[in-house]
Amino acid sequence: MSVTDKQFLNPEKWVSLHADYLFNYTISRLNDRDLAKDLVQDTFFSALKAKDNFKGESSERTWLIAILKRKIVDYYRKINSTKGKAEVRMSFYAEGEREGEWLEERAPTDWSGEIEKKIENEELAIVLEKCIESLPEKYAMVFRMKTVHQIETEDICNELEITSTNFWVIIHRARTQLRKCMEENWFKI
Amino acid sequence: MKITCNEATEICDKSQYKEASVWEKIKLGTHLFLCKKCGLYAKQNKMMSVCLRKLKEAESHKTHHLNQDEMNCMAQELKTKIEA
Repeated sequence: MSVTDKQFLNPEKWVSLHADYLFNYTISRLNDRDLAKDLVQDTFFSALKAKDNFKGESSERTWLIAILKRKIVDYYRKINSTKGKAEVRMSFYAEGEREGEWLEERAPTDWSGEIEKKIENEELAIVLEKCIESLPEKYAMVFRMKTVHQIETEDICNELEITSTNFWVIIHRARTQLRKCMEENWFKI
Repeated sequence: MKITCNEATEICDKSQYKEASVWEKIKLGTHLFLCKKCGLYAKQNKMMSVCLRKLKEAESHKTHHLNQDEMNCMAQELKTKIEA
């Protein structure tokens, strides 16, 4: 990069130039308006404090996104260690002779009625949203990033600093619980 | 070769995103041949994917914006910090 390409920071313009972009980026990971707003604001504050570390080798926006990403992984860590302790309900025997087999009350049962019609029904989205919402936050976050926002597995693992094994366990638990929730609240009523 | 229901359904979930390996799919296929409950799970999981696709499509048309008030408020707070 030549000297003339060197980027400079312009904090006075951060909000008008980048706030909306950073906000949209955060929403697709956290699905919570107020929280997203806080993280964006926080990103600007941290960036301001660290502005002497900016070397001008990347664009201002890229630099801000890098700071925001730290905020997101910090948040993920927090819900993973405290509130995240509310694990999803187990669907399989965790130990003993039957380890890995379905727990009777969690096993799939036939969905009665007109399934096709239920899939076409517009209220489906509402129930589905509620079921995702009922997952422990960490599971809902990872599940949404992958399924709703279609972020690549590798990118999610990098961003949240988790292994792919861990990632698939989260997806698996989220989907088993989601299936059960949809069975109880939609497909069997 | 033999896997548990827990493992089988995890592969089934993975394959909803087309990310299960060939070997995993073979193991899953064998398990499904013998296990009714997981067979049902696999069938319903596909329907779940259809439902989720609708949610995904709805979301892909959305962009989330800050309104003018929120922007002003943010700018104001940042300004105080800059001047401090």
